[in-house]
Amino acid sequence: MTSMNKAFLLSLSAVSKRFENGTQALAGLNLDVADGEFLSLVGPSGCGKSTALRLIAGLIAPDGGTVRFAPAKPETAFVFQEPTLMPWANVLTNARLALDLEGVRRGEAEQRAAEALKRVGLGGFEHAFPRELSGGMKMRVSIARAVAAKPKLLLMDEPFAALDELARQSLNDDLLTLWREDGLTVIFVTHSVYESAYLSTRVAVMSSRPGHIAAEIALEQQATRDESYRLTPQFSDAARRISAVLKESAV
Amino acid sequence: MSALLKYLVPFALGVAVLAAWQGLVRFYQVPVYLLPAPSDVWAAFVASFPELMSALWVTLRIVVAAFVIAAVSGVFWAILFAQSRVVEMALYPYAVALQVTPVVAIAPLIVILVGFDRIDLALLIIAWIVAFFPILANTTIGLRSADSNLTDLFRLYGASRWQILWRLQLPSALPYLLGALKVSGGLSLIGVIVAEFVAGTGTDTGLGWTITQAMRNLEIAKMFAALGLLALFGIALFAALSALEFALLHKWHESALKKQGGEFSSG
Repeated sequence: MTSMNKAFLLSLSAVSKRFENGTQALAGLNLDVADGEFLSLVGPSGCGKSTALRLIAGLIAPDGGTVRFAPAKPETAFVFQEPTLMPWANVLTNARLALDLEGVRRGEAEQRAAEALKRVGLGGFEHAFPRELSGGMKMRVSIARAVAAKPKLLLMDEPFAALDELARQSLNDDLLTLWREDGLTVIFVTHSVYESAYLSTRVAVMSSRPGHIAAEIALEQQATRDESYRLTPQFSDAARRISAVLKESAV
Repeated sequence: MSALLKYLVPFALGVAVLAAWQGLVRFYQVPVYLLPAPSDVWAAFVASFPELMSALWVTLRIVVAAFVIAAVSGVFWAILFAQSRVVEMALYPYAVALQVTPVVAIAPLIVILVGFDRIDLALLIIAWIVAFFPILANTTIGLRSADSNLTDLFRLYGASRWQILWRLQLPSALPYLLGALKVSGGLSLIGVIVAEFVAGTGTDTGLGWTITQAMRNLEIAKMFAALGLLALFGIALFAALSALEFALLHKWHESALKKQGGEFSSG
């Protein structure tokens, strides 16, 4: 475990989870997450990354071990691999969802959702329907919906896996901007070594059967990361280290 | 194909069939009590116009009432089923039993139970029985078909049961419900006519009874006129429900979207 200057936000200790079909998804999973960090969970498919994320979200309960928050469970948002929008509702109404469910006044909810849409580059698309948007734009709506309610913790389950490289890189940069500006804590599940090296302040490599944290890699915290960072020795070094651990743990 | 052509082609076909029908009946001098020519049917329609209209009104009223009650009760029970597996487990077999028992076979029983002095009510119940089930079955599936990730998201944001039902499950079920309404509209019409056949005359006379009476009196032209009226009514009902479906779905649902020529980007 690396030393963190910031306060601890959540902690998983000895967490295990078995599915109804008998598969042991997680066993002995320990993970501490500090306030404000950008943590990537990397690992082969089927290693329980998504299960860990759903446990943190409180969507499923662990069979053993504990998931603790300090002090209480923070406002949490979730972004899935699919945009998961309501097809019958326009972009603004989709982005408003969390605010609507919390009972925020309609006028204020609309204003805050429109603001969030502007931040992800979708100003002017408020009244479009999801079917009219490209995959990347739909994912932007999904992210706007997540940040509109000003969450503390943002959980993302391979959100950009289905996008083309250009859309993915541009969303990576926008996500980093949101993370910095809002002081978010992000837990980001991905199977892309390069994506985790680009985005994270820390990478936790997961190993499968059953899923647990095989290694943690703290990355250098750079003030700004943009396209030029992809060409730096720090970036390739980070990618190499993650890759090495990933290969080791896969054996 | 242009929009005009879309209406022109079936219309032209109809005119051609009517013309051939008229020509053949006249050429072979088919007696009017076997197969009346379209002109005979028209003459019968004009002659019995007030009677046919009042019969249509009787049938239409019951069909619409049975359909509306089936829609409301079907959605209501589907919501209960979607809320509780126990309720569904307990009641679904009986709903199926009600559906699979031929309505012609139940109709006399219902007429007797309700009483001959309240035939309208018997017709209403019989039509409701046939129209209810498709709405119940489809809406139940529709309510359950809400995207599981979206449902999780609603839960994460602390949505109440009511919010999940109103904002997620009902909109997800809407395409299923509208499909079922189109089926049930036709079924409630069939239900009323079958019930009229079985029940015989009541206080009022509907189109079903008009048809049986015309047949007994060998007024075949009038029978055709009544049949034509029934078909028009059925088509109008279907068209109205299709229009409702289009109005509610065309902005977002795949079924109502025009194919975009070979475009895959909107996946």
